[in-house]
Amino acid sequence: MLFNKRSALRLTAISLSYLALSATTALAETKIDFYYPVQVGGPVTKVIDGYVEKFMAANPDIAVAPIYAGNYNDTTTKALTAAKAGTPPTVAVLLATDVFTLIDEDVIEPVGSFATSAEDKAWIDGFMPAYLKSAQTDGQLWSVPFQRSTAVLYYNKQAFKDAGLDGEKYPTTWEEMVAAGKAVTAKDANGQVTRWGVGIAGNVGSAQWLFGALSAQNSAKLVNDEGTETYLTDLKVVEALQFWVDLSTKDGIHPPGIFEWGTAPADFLAGRVAMIWHTTGNLTNLRKNATFEFGVAPFPGHPTPASVLGGGNLYIFKDASDEQKAAAFKLIKFLTSDEILADWAVQTGYVAPRDDSWKTETLKTYMVEAPQALVALEQIPDSVPEFSTHENARTTKILNDALAAALTGNKTPAEALGDAQAEIDKVLKPYR
Amino acid sequence: MSNATPANSTVTVTIGAWFLALLWVSPLLYAFWAAFHPSSHGAPFGLFAPLTLDNFREVLAAAPFPRYFLNTFLLVTLILTCQLVVCTMAAYAFVCFPFRGSEVLFMLVLIQLMIMPEILLVENYRTLAALGLRDTILGMGMPYLASAFGIFLFRQTFKSVPKELEEAARLEGANPLQILLRVFVPLAKPTYVAFGLVTVSYHWNNFLWPLVVTNSVETRPVTVGLQVFATVEQGVDWSRVTAATLLSVAPLLIAFIIFQRQFVQSFMRAGIR
Amino acid sequence: MRDSRNVLYGSLLLLPAAVLLWIFTYQPILTTLYHSFFSTAKGKRAAVFIGVDNYARMIDDPVFWQALSNNVVYALVTIPVSMALALAMALFVNGRMAGQGIVRMAYFTPTVLPMVAVANIWLFFYAPSHGPIDQFLGLFGLGHNNLLGTPNTALWALIVITIWKEAGFFMIFYLAALQQISPTLIEAARLEGATALQVFRRLTVPLIMPTTLFVMVNALIGAFRLVDHVIALTKGGPDNSTTLLLFYLYEVGFQYWDTGYAATLTVFLLVVLAVVALFQFGYLDKKVHYR
Repeated sequence: MLFNKRSALRLTAISLSYLALSATTALAETKIDFYYPVQVGGPVTKVIDGYVEKFMAANPDIAVAPIYAGNYNDTTTKALTAAKAGTPPTVAVLLATDVFTLIDEDVIEPVGSFATSAEDKAWIDGFMPAYLKSAQTDGQLWSVPFQRSTAVLYYNKQAFKDAGLDGEKYPTTWEEMVAAGKAVTAKDANGQVTRWGVGIAGNVGSAQWLFGALSAQNSAKLVNDEGTETYLTDLKVVEALQFWVDLSTKDGIHPPGIFEWGTAPADFLAGRVAMIWHTTGNLTNLRKNATFEFGVAPFPGHPTPASVLGGGNLYIFKDASDEQKAAAFKLIKFLTSDEILADWAVQTGYVAPRDDSWKTETLKTYMVEAPQALVALEQIPDSVPEFSTHENARTTKILNDALAAALTGNKTPAEALGDAQAEIDKVLKPYR
Repeated sequence: MSNATPANSTVTVTIGAWFLALLWVSPLLYAFWAAFHPSSHGAPFGLFAPLTLDNFREVLAAAPFPRYFLNTFLLVTLILTCQLVVCTMAAYAFVCFPFRGSEVLFMLVLIQLMIMPEILLVENYRTLAALGLRDTILGMGMPYLASAFGIFLFRQTFKSVPKELEEAARLEGANPLQILLRVFVPLAKPTYVAFGLVTVSYHWNNFLWPLVVTNSVETRPVTVGLQVFATVEQGVDWSRVTAATLLSVAPLLIAFIIFQRQFVQSFMRAGIR
Repeated sequence: MRDSRNVLYGSLLLLPAAVLLWIFTYQPILTTLYHSFFSTAKGKRAAVFIGVDNYARMIDDPVFWQALSNNVVYALVTIPVSMALALAMALFVNGRMAGQGIVRMAYFTPTVLPMVAVANIWLFFYAPSHGPIDQFLGLFGLGHNNLLGTPNTALWALIVITIWKEAGFFMIFYLAALQQISPTLIEAARLEGATALQVFRRLTVPLIMPTTLFVMVNALIGAFRLVDHVIALTKGGPDNSTTLLLFYLYEVGFQYWDTGYAATLTVFLLVVLAVVALFQFGYLDKKVHYR
């Protein structure tokens, strides 16, 4: 015998794997890694895998490896550390607010620089301007919107009716919200509150998001487009915080101290809070579990109604070959096509960031099923990007601390925001 | 437990002891209650609400807990095996092959009792990145593979082994490895069990370091998996979170209830020096 | 001859432990010190030597001081209370009584569970309005406390969890110590007319002194080492009222990615632990050695 059984087997295995390898390389010239987070419930990984398969079927010369990388925080960490080690993903879904961090770390390429043809430019113009804004700085478009959300007002229609209000009439101004809140706040015989009027989450990580809406409603801006300057001592900003604090201390319609994002839906569903400010991503959960009729409303204004945008964008990483980047750009265009975005919205509850998506059959059918989702769409033009600066994690934490200090009565709104502005100035000084 | 306990406890003491015990387990009893009831009943406490396993089903469908368990199991096995080998070798050296300076080395080892790898996580993270072991189970275990506590404990035990036994083995022509395996290790068995239980429960429960070094399902241990599961954008569902919590503590809790006596005695033995 | 053999075998046997301890304990202690004098590398900007700037920044950092004072309060409360409870528990289960085994298990169970898991259970206990604790307070007209969301109570809420979890662990050591005390000694004292309290004060307390000191050092290290519940429950909030030193270190190192400053904070923590170590070697060892 020329060689024994085992080495024959091994040889076969080697030649087989070689064949397999050459088969894939013959078909797929370009390989790219695609990192994405899962932040909401449901079988999200399967949906993404499905999109990627579809993309590869249409583009046999590209092989995409979709990599689920945890939550947003995990994904950013993983992408950044991989980039530092010289093996970044080619394309990734990361928070829109990460843009300055990624620029400072010098790991991303502006997506806009790939959109050279007229067709590509038209594609970019198809995104809603409010969402595009969060990706633009230094005259460049750094990423494109993908899994986006916005905050809305959920209100308990039953509680409204019980208090003698019109269940179909939601508050459109701060004053109306306070009046409605006072009407629906209920107390037991001992004077203990059994139902609060309104709850706005003030815990670390949520406070800065919803405060962005409050400030915008009061016609104030928290941060400049370059992410180098914050305006926390602006009187309009202080006034917005004062309003939030007063909801509890003066009007008595908001739970004292910090209202928690995580327990807000449970509080709403149990009827302990009649109105909550929460993400559109919660609509499915509330529809499934509510035992009473509830409404979804756009945010109120003082006087301009405004909400805040959240969620993740698609980024292209720098350290890759031109072919890979071109392939990544193709994938991005595919993932943000009207049909995919519409399907993605239905599957997850995210808001499709392109007007044309909303004209697809998929979303039209969904609108009939869940007309409440339309509120998010109508509100988008009035919405502002999320708070985002250089050294974003740090400045966001400083702002959160200030909001908590004011909400818990440790400092007055003016003091808290003044201190935070001074701290943030120290952090951002090198970027000015 | 020693049978020579001083006296029977008075009624007041017994009641006090029982009251404290009840207070102590009440959070766990509540978690059990919540995990087996549908979520709409999660808030008001009703004894006769219907029982259900749905929460567990939902948790298992929503997050890869079996994989997390496997990761934890691999991590704990890796650490325990290496610690036993590495610490046994080191303790054997300190007891049977003392040389000039080995006392100083032993003092140096004791530093790790104070400064545990958690404190040095920034630098250890850097080291792991340099070794290319970030987000691997091996990397997660590495800082713990040598345990000062283990070396200390085994050294104490080996020291108490009678010299005559070692001499007798040597006269029979046993080499140092044989002496270790035939004389020292068998005699130290209770210490090994004690150390094993302490290590397993410590690393099963460890959180901060695994949180920092892992960021994928394939490496994440059950503690980190639980934390990721419990913090979602849409808010907390008590029943599901308690179900997931119970799920993640179940193996250790069941083992503890079955081997309660050994657990307690092991911790006691590990504590007595 | 014998000596060189010992050196050979000894060092070979010590080699794995030495390498591992060097890479993950001693070398990082030294590099931490080194990196604390450098800025954090970012993008194309490499880390540069900045002298004691990081230390100046630490002294100037209100969050650092808050974390330090939180940690001191946390240690000063959790250590004595959990030790006193542990001793009481040990005395309870050391006597003979109905259901002794069950009671001992009840005390000890929290110890074997992961802190993150335990934190999730307590999160519900502390929930405003519908959480059991707030409902209980509501019976006395003291309801609507957001215990984790109020700066004055948040740290105390974490302290309670820590005590709950640690007391059973320390109980074990006291139990071991109590069982070492010869019953004849106690009987003799009782025959001479000593009351139970006198026996406890004159006999038990001095005899378990070494254990008390040992437990104390363990508790001290624990107070600076365990922050899992901070991450799971409060993320240091509200307004940094629950930020402990190691949590702040984690935040600076792995949320802000400011590794230079994180190294500086690590150096501070190392100094704290070195003081604990000196206390143990200098003062404690004398007391513990006679065992």
